Amino acid sequence: MAKLIVTLDGQPITELELGKERVTIGRKPHNDIVIDNLAVSGEHVAVTTLHGQSYVEDLGSTNGTLVNDAPIGRAPLQHGDEIEIGKYRLRYANPEAIGARKEPADFNKPAIPDKPAIVPTQGGSDLGAHTISLAEHREPMAEPASQEAAPPAEIPPEPAKPEENRAAIQILNGPNAGKELDLNKTLTSLGKPGVQVAVITRRPHGYFVTHVQGDRRPAVNGQALDAHPRQLADHDVIELGGIKMEFYLR
Amino acid sequence: MDLRPALDIASLTDPGKVRSHNEDSLAVDAEAGFVILADGMGGYNAGEVASGIAVTMLSDSLKSALRDGLADGETSPLVQTEIERTNAAIHQAAQSQPQFSGMGTTLVFALFHDNRVTVAHIGDSRLYRYREARLEQVTRDHSLLQEQIDSGMVSREEARRSHNKNLVTRALGVDPTVAVEIQEHAALPGDIYLLCSDGLNDMVADEDIRLTLGTFGANPKLAANQLVRMANDNGGRDNVSVILVRILRDFPARRGVLARLRTWLK
Repeated sequence: MAKLIVTLDGQPITELELGKERVTIGRKPHNDIVIDNLAVSGEHVAVTTLHGQSYVEDLGSTNGTLVNDAPIGRAPLQHGDEIEIGKYRLRYANPEAIGARKEPADFNKPAIPDKPAIVPTQGGSDLGAHTISLAEHREPMAEPASQEAAPPAEIPPEPAKPEENRAAIQILNGPNAGKELDLNKTLTSLGKPGVQVAVITRRPHGYFVTHVQGDRRPAVNGQALDAHPRQLADHDVIELGGIKMEFYLR
Repeated sequence: MDLRPALDIASLTDPGKVRSHNEDSLAVDAEAGFVILADGMGGYNAGEVASGIAVTMLSDSLKSALRDGLADGETSPLVQTEIERTNAAIHQAAQSQPQFSGMGTTLVFALFHDNRVTVAHIGDSRLYRYREARLEQVTRDHSLLQEQIDSGMVSREEARRSHNKNLVTRALGVDPTVAVEIQEHAALPGDIYLLCSDGLNDMVADEDIRLTLGTFGANPKLAANQLVRMANDNGGRDNVSVILVRILRDFPARRGVLARLRTWLK
């Protein structure tokens, strides 16, 4: 049976089997999981399970709900997904979807080792900045999940290496649409030499795109680059010689 | 002869992330076709005085000497003489004024003429050549570490972790005379020459320098920015200076009547 494992700062606090069709999580005592924290709304989220498929739904909470870093209103859950509420994390574990019997045993261990040493940009956990610091916390958390889920093939393979700041670009149009390019070097050049060239540089604090060659300048989100390198944000769209590509962080 | 159409030159100097002032000095003369980089040393601000004198004196004297044009074989002796004169001037200043006592500077110099490049250096400032996707270190550091490597006392691997990276065995201005190392090479269109202070090559691996020149080669200004940025991103423990010269096309010497006459008269 699927379950939710609640952790705070990497320490498991409680877990709940999703035996009911609908469970709620919130600050008030009538919830199935009660989290007594001011950043958590009275009724914060609900998880509905129908025919083995679970959905998470934000119940109009004040501070919102993230699933795997992205704010959601309502989202289907897959094994290993992480729901984030304030400083708390709820890991959705669904062994049936895995097929591997060793799985539950793994999940009974402290599911999320607390290793601040590998956090690339360790945000403080001061109150009031929950969503931001949580987003920063998430990266290393994904690691154990992908390792535990290693044997079966149903889980989308996470190309996760303990390297900070992994990013890639995906070509969105033209004959190479869909092709992806890992930005694993300090410099990656794009375009045709002699015609139009842009370079993406990897620096300790992020990725930057610079116009190098050509009369026409590449654009980011429709805005032409000037002489200075421009920092790239997740899901920025770079346009170079009619080809659009999306930058994203892994 | 005006070399501006043949050379695309960019230069950049930065104090780095740790030091408060910059003791490196640069001079670029695209018209006469030479570039100079000096990394000064000495207490207080004596380092920047030494590198400043070196760069200013050398560039002034060369500019006037080159205006008349040089015949074959005159270049290296001229460069040698001018550097020796500069050495004497810095040494004298250091002797006569107590606050400049012991000051000195490294020097790396390149003069482009007649499809060739004359390279002179003293100390651990370097000249690299990027040609056909390969990066080659043209100058050999005059440093304790390089001597240890040459004598086999230290492996290249150990050298990378060495603590005495910055002990130079030769410098301009510390002694009344100086041994300048001068070389001459063919310069080809497409070549990129990089002159740098040790603030670059101590902080940025050769492979990353190569990658940068390969990627940004078409735009020396951006390449210079990128190199300095990488040195600072990696810690920027020292001043970092770079000069990039990209050869755009051939630049054969004019074999005018006057030049031929001068050669003949010698």
